[in-house]
Amino acid sequence: MQPQPRREILIAGALALVLLVLMPALNAWVPQDSLLHVSNFTINVWGKYLAYGILAISVDLLWGYTGLLSLGQALFFSLGGYMLGMHLMLMIGKLGQYKSDLPDFLVFLGHTFLPAFWKPFYSFAFAMLMVFLLPMLLAKVFGFLAFRSRIKGVYFSILTQALTYGASLMFFRNDMLLGGNNGFTDFKFLLGADIRSAGTQRTLYICTGIALMAVYFGCRWLTRTKFGLIQRAIRDSETRVLFSGYSAANYKLFVFVVAAGIASLGGALYVTQVGIINPSEMTPDKSLEAVVWVAVGGRGTLVGPILGAVVVNALKSWATRAIPDLWLILLGSLFLGVVLFLPEGLISIPAKIRSLFTRSKPLDPQESAVSKANAPAA
Amino acid sequence: MTQKSFLLSAEGVNKSFDGFKAINDLNFYLESGELRTVIGPNGAGKTTFLDLITGRTQADTGTIEFEGRHNLKEMSEHEIYRLGIGRKFQTPTVYTDHSVTENLILSLAGSRGVFSSLFFRLGSDQKDRIDEILKTINLTEHRDRKAGTLAHGQKQWLEIGMLLAQEAKLLLVDEPAAGMTDEETARTGELLLSLAGKHTIVVIEHDMVFVRQISQGRKVTVLHQGSVLCEGPVDSVQSDPKVIEVYLGRKHAR
Repeated sequence: MQPQPRREILIAGALALVLLVLMPALNAWVPQDSLLHVSNFTINVWGKYLAYGILAISVDLLWGYTGLLSLGQALFFSLGGYMLGMHLMLMIGKLGQYKSDLPDFLVFLGHTFLPAFWKPFYSFAFAMLMVFLLPMLLAKVFGFLAFRSRIKGVYFSILTQALTYGASLMFFRNDMLLGGNNGFTDFKFLLGADIRSAGTQRTLYICTGIALMAVYFGCRWLTRTKFGLIQRAIRDSETRVLFSGYSAANYKLFVFVVAAGIASLGGALYVTQVGIINPSEMTPDKSLEAVVWVAVGGRGTLVGPILGAVVVNALKSWATRAIPDLWLILLGSLFLGVVLFLPEGLISIPAKIRSLFTRSKPLDPQESAVSKANAPAA
Repeated sequence: MTQKSFLLSAEGVNKSFDGFKAINDLNFYLESGELRTVIGPNGAGKTTFLDLITGRTQADTGTIEFEGRHNLKEMSEHEIYRLGIGRKFQTPTVYTDHSVTENLILSLAGSRGVFSSLFFRLGSDQKDRIDEILKTINLTEHRDRKAGTLAHGQKQWLEIGMLLAQEAKLLLVDEPAAGMTDEETARTGELLLSLAGKHTIVVIEHDMVFVRQISQGRKVTVLHQGSVLCEGPVDSVQSDPKVIEVYLGRKHAR
């Protein structure tokens, strides 16, 4: 479903220029009293949006491209956050409340030494490795069992939701030794730099942007290979795929594992900029929120999810301050509106407008049939 | 009993569902390169027979051998598929959101692994093969259209093309003319005739006009109550009193 590939690249390129070059430059070198100055707050908020964009792509890779509505992406996102968060907790050193080498919550729970599984997280490289390894391994085991038993459709969604919910209950427990309901916060250093300084935050923001670009182009490549063809074939007619001799389960497992890794990367970057990770991030409704971003932006495209993540979250930032009581109603009506009137998401607006101007010409029968076929079948 | 020259041989095959004998001591021999038409009234066991060959259901007793050495009774669906037995179902099943060419690419013989699909490149001989198939199934000018936008008959042809792309040695075609216009039916017949000789084909059909068109003196098998009633050229089959009694009396029913 890529009607205008060149336009998609152009949009991505222009956005990258503005977000990755212009905004950080305006933040770093334009004086604060200038109108053009981009505040540290803005950089921080946009860093969060871009991390959400990575999460949204992982949702779309499964839902839009393979027809797998996973409600487990918030879990993988949070696991990434937790893995890097463990390293960040250890880097606080003796600067915590209790002036101990141990993270504060462990001291509070009465621990006198660091649990063994925490020790390797002193290494940044190990933590980054675990950011990818743990969620992908979990996805591999879970996916293997689910796809081998041919669990499909809504049952797959329910199962991933249960997995996420179960995990959040586990992480809420203090004896998991991962901070219980408070999670991790109060980070101080990342690779020796003060994590809260404007310079570090700006660098993290740029890193998030670059990671998003890498994920975008990686997925773009993936969805254009024969693998991508099979992915969409599974979405449209899984039985036929089996009768063409492909093991659909292996293909679904592969894409589920890849999507877990992508979501986790997003989570790790998110935590460095938001400064907190706790189990409330891994609840099923967080997964659902990401599904809404994808639906609003445009399912089955790669720019759509990013657009949706930014637009919905920008709206959320504004609405939760301006009209906090109405935010959920606003989100719900946005979702309904898009599903009813713009099934291909915001990304399809330019094409819709263009078709308004060309409507006088007789429609090419093939063209109209294509747009019909493009409409997501929920 | 089994001779080497048979591509497919079924001997003494029985299959019953809850006491109903769908296939009753069936003996069926198919030579390489044949275009065989199987006819028979509803419930004669035609589709069940295809299910038994493709491993969708297992025979209770008897043997079904492919190329004189593969015992299909012991094999699963995808193993049988990999032997080169392709099946076209009654309703066309193509990838509706993919272009005609992409449908054929997905069906091309070759590795089915995840990692090889990541680095798959269409070779020039594969491109030629696709062009050839497109020509055979008469869809060259529709190659970039989404399969979902094709007419019903064209979808049927595309699915036959997908079997060709698989390089299936044996094509099992279940009621290819169902739901087609007369013109589409005639063209489907031409398509199957053009494949005869190069491929071994079993066609299951109700439509006697179509059967006459494609059999052209070739052997026609009449199934009745799960076993072969008679075999022979369509004319002698049609004049066989047994056949007239069980089947041809109802030929205009559909």
